[in-house]
Amino acid sequence: MTSIRYEKDEHNIVHLVLDNPQGSANIMDDAFMDSLDAVVERLQQDEFNGVIIRSAKKTFFAGANLNQVYQINEDTAHSAYDNCTRIKKAVRVWETSGKPVVACINGAALGGGWELALSCHHRVCLSRGVMLGLPEVSLGLLPGAGGITRTVRMLGIQGAMPYLVEGKQFKPQAGMDAGLVDQIVDTEEEMLQAAVAWIGNNPEAVQPWDKKGYKMPGGKPSSPAMAQLLPIAPAMMRQKTRGVQPAPETILSTIVEGAQVDFESACRIESRYFAELASGQVAKNMIGTFFFQLNEIKSGACRPQGVEPRRFDKVAVLGAGMMGAGIAFTCAKSGIPTILKDISLENAEKGKDYARKQLQKQVDRGRISSEKMDTTLALITPSADASDLQGCDMVVEAVFEDRNLKASVTRETETNTSSTTIFASNTSSLPITGLAQAAQRPDNYIGLHFFSPVDKMPLVEIICGEKTSDQCLAQAYDFVQQIGKVPIVVNDSRGFYTTRIFSTYTMESVAMVGEGISVASIENAAYLSGCPVGPLSVVDEVTITLAEKVRTQTIKDLDAEGKTYTPHPADSTVDWMLANNRHGKASGGGFFDYPEGKKKQVWQGLVDHFYQEDAQIPLQDIKDRLLFAQSIETVRCLDESVLISTRDANIGSIMGIGFPPWTGGTLQFINSYGLKAFVTRARDLAIKYGDRFEPPASLVEKAERGEVYGDGTFELAESA
Amino acid sequence: MTTDALIFDAIRTPRGRGKATGALHEVKPISLVSSLLNALVERNAFDTAAVDDIVLGCVTAVGDQGCDIAKTAALAAGWNQDVAGMTLNRYCASGLEAVNTAAMKIRSGWEQLVVAGGVESMSRVPMGSDGGPWLHDPETNFRTGFMPQGVGADLMATLDGFTRDEVDRFAVRSHQKAAKAWQEGRFARSVVPVNDRVGQLILDHDELVRPDASVESLSGLKPSFQSMGDMGYDDVAREKYHWVESIRHIHHAGNSSGIVDGAALVLMGNQAMADRFELKPRARVVSTALVGTDPTLMLAGPAPAARKALDIAGLSAEDIDLFEVNEAFAAVVMRFINDMNIDEAKVNINGGSIAMGHPLGATGAIIIGTLVDELEARDLQRGLATLCVGGGMGIATIIERV
Repeated sequence: MTSIRYEKDEHNIVHLVLDNPQGSANIMDDAFMDSLDAVVERLQQDEFNGVIIRSAKKTFFAGANLNQVYQINEDTAHSAYDNCTRIKKAVRVWETSGKPVVACINGAALGGGWELALSCHHRVCLSRGVMLGLPEVSLGLLPGAGGITRTVRMLGIQGAMPYLVEGKQFKPQAGMDAGLVDQIVDTEEEMLQAAVAWIGNNPEAVQPWDKKGYKMPGGKPSSPAMAQLLPIAPAMMRQKTRGVQPAPETILSTIVEGAQVDFESACRIESRYFAELASGQVAKNMIGTFFFQLNEIKSGACRPQGVEPRRFDKVAVLGAGMMGAGIAFTCAKSGIPTILKDISLENAEKGKDYARKQLQKQVDRGRISSEKMDTTLALITPSADASDLQGCDMVVEAVFEDRNLKASVTRETETNTSSTTIFASNTSSLPITGLAQAAQRPDNYIGLHFFSPVDKMPLVEIICGEKTSDQCLAQAYDFVQQIGKVPIVVNDSRGFYTTRIFSTYTMESVAMVGEGISVASIENAAYLSGCPVGPLSVVDEVTITLAEKVRTQTIKDLDAEGKTYTPHPADSTVDWMLANNRHGKASGGGFFDYPEGKKKQVWQGLVDHFYQEDAQIPLQDIKDRLLFAQSIETVRCLDESVLISTRDANIGSIMGIGFPPWTGGTLQFINSYGLKAFVTRARDLAIKYGDRFEPPASLVEKAERGEVYGDGTFELAESA
Repeated sequence: MTTDALIFDAIRTPRGRGKATGALHEVKPISLVSSLLNALVERNAFDTAAVDDIVLGCVTAVGDQGCDIAKTAALAAGWNQDVAGMTLNRYCASGLEAVNTAAMKIRSGWEQLVVAGGVESMSRVPMGSDGGPWLHDPETNFRTGFMPQGVGADLMATLDGFTRDEVDRFAVRSHQKAAKAWQEGRFARSVVPVNDRVGQLILDHDELVRPDASVESLSGLKPSFQSMGDMGYDDVAREKYHWVESIRHIHHAGNSSGIVDGAALVLMGNQAMADRFELKPRARVVSTALVGTDPTLMLAGPAPAARKALDIAGLSAEDIDLFEVNEAFAAVVMRFINDMNIDEAKVNINGGSIAMGHPLGATGAIIIGTLVDELEARDLQRGLATLCVGGGMGIATIIERV
């Protein structure tokens, strides 16, 4: 069994047909590597006029075998280097054979697949259904099969950056414009004809970088033009990586160092850096969460089995405020006719304007046509009439966070919809079970927590109430996927999962302010940990008033349950801020002042009242307090069955509330820290900063058992 | 018994604006050095064959300044072929490092007569054109947290609470002091005019000095490092200086050292050489010191280096009559004055690099010359020269009259 068939046609052209016998896509597994070595050996002994590399699958080539990459650790890093060397050596044979080699790209060629194509002298693509690029960076890796070395030699240092550092993916036409694709055709036959013709016209083919007198586009690193760019490039990159994401930084190093030397040396530099990244913890975190766990979510890991998939043909969104408008826009973008209802038609129209504005921006940037804008907009019907809800498969309520209001729209909806209509509340904190009491069909009542801005944030947190049926959950899952979002599934609780852990992040920062710690240090600690927004800036955005409201509601709810509220050390600072008329950004300022046309500044009154020079703590303690608070709260959510899977915890924390991606999520952060070390550090933080850091018993026991957080289907490695 | 390292003479070229429009742009850096070498012989009447070595600071030793310009200049000046020459690079301290190295050579007893100094034609060989991994190798750059010194100066001003007005006032004082010194002829002894091949004058004064500089005239200048900071460098400092909310960019072309062309030489030797050529020892080197400090802030070296040199000499700051602190940026000198708790009236009495410019490789030797001249003119005893240095280093040298 071979992964690459060796065939010869009437033109004496060798066809290397990529055809993985084990699966539906070609990947760079051991069988492929063996086949590659075999066909290359045969090529070396054969007489031929040219080579065509093509795929027998729907896609061209899917890239690296991530299962294998995931296993690489510090002890086996050399095997990563060896594998890179092996594939580079093999493709180098045809690249320098002197005979023309053409890649016929019939479908996606990403990562290793695109690297394979780059080793060919000519790339022909089908006009449709082809996606190209090197997305390795998004998994904490770098293209280690010659992708960096060749892209830099084709496009120059600056030209190559977006494709390598950002992992920019592109379609054939964009590839042609950039000089990465040579020919675009419409059918497979044309593709083959084009390849044969090119081979006929170019009996001797040599890569530009293998020709004498080759000059790198834009100049080598030593050229004056590069001398301007190089010193600041790392600083510009660090603004994005914050020093916690090694992949983009390593890619920049590989680009520049490889550009200084000959092709073969550059290949070795690339392989060595790959081995370092692949064996590092951050790649593990990112592959585990963004590849394996995300794929499990996409294939419905938490979707109840046995429920027929449902497609949604008509949706209604109640409330045309910021969230409602965003949800309606998102549904329309997915091609679903959507009613956007508010108390007045005027309000509903305003909500639709949001979609109009966003679409216009995309038209202006040339991303979509104005026809596409018109058809998308036409899918949104503003309404003030509840009878328009008739025939809707799904109604998403996004009215104010007021129980009575939500109850009344629930009742109004039920009278206008059928028994199969799902009613979803986009509440961010009110328990679903309570809200569902207003419903006649609580089994069809569910929480769909969207994040703002809805059309940009990828996550939807699905919340099951006590009476939510499996069928309702499964269909809500289908809906979330139909509108292109990633669903996580949680059980009902105050703040569900994401809001709850996010408030531990923000409240920890407020507590630190109260201790007299520098506001700049707190915000910078978050920044340096890779958090997208500083916690105090966020509190100012969502208002300090909200923190107080949530607390009051929590006390009330606990009271009703006969429980007492444990005060958070942030509470007194929140109260002081409100007492001093500091409510947040929208109402004139909170922790920060917002002078017009200028950068925000820490409010001097805060410094005067709280800041104490001798209260400063190590930067690492601030960082740990912000991240540990969230991870420990996540463990509590598991303990309380609010969370039912590790993958949902990880993906939810990163995609929903910006937990730093390099960690792999709140639970993977514990895994990669090492459970025992995490317990020790948490106890240390508890002694220094309060009982809330005391590690939950389940975590301590798990650490003692030597286990890690995982869902069984794919166990995540603990750091050495 | 150790031998004293004696200073016999210290000369320099005037400093030309470091641009194509500057007076010295047309003059090759090798010519700046060789004409000074000739002047040194004319003034001191020694046999060049007795010179063991020429040690020159040169930061950007490529192109017109490449290939060991010290030895080349000795040959070009027609000095005896026995004379050796070397260039060294300790960034902005190179000129003072040359003096210190010469002092060590002499003090060790292994060499007797040494020319120290430095050269930099910044108009011809721009700063940074020698590349180097610190700037140009991303891996090294990431690992070391590279930040340009201008952003470091603004960070220093932010940390120390210096306002734009304060640094501008300091800059104005530098210009006023330099203008007054020129007016009073205080550089007459050390400045050797640059002439052309037929003896016509090209430049006989420091081109950058502006007697009419005022806080008002400086206030219009835009911060030089704001955009660099915004592009990413400000963020490099966040880890080490996390308590700084934002860096206030207050340094600009008017309160930073000027980019200029120039060279300087210092004739040094032991008592035996003084006796042999009837050279008058004007001062001796008391102590030298080097330190390393945070490379990101980069400019905090002078005070620690000065303290180290004072410790070595068994002296304290009160024992020093005059200080020369290179005016790389106003904040550097202002911090030094605060840190050392000294009187500004003793510091840079004839102005500094803000007014007259900072030819990287030469400045250290220039300020030694200023100290020697002014200690004599004012009949004072001791002087300390110090500079902040790339990579966070600091350097200091204490001299005293003999």
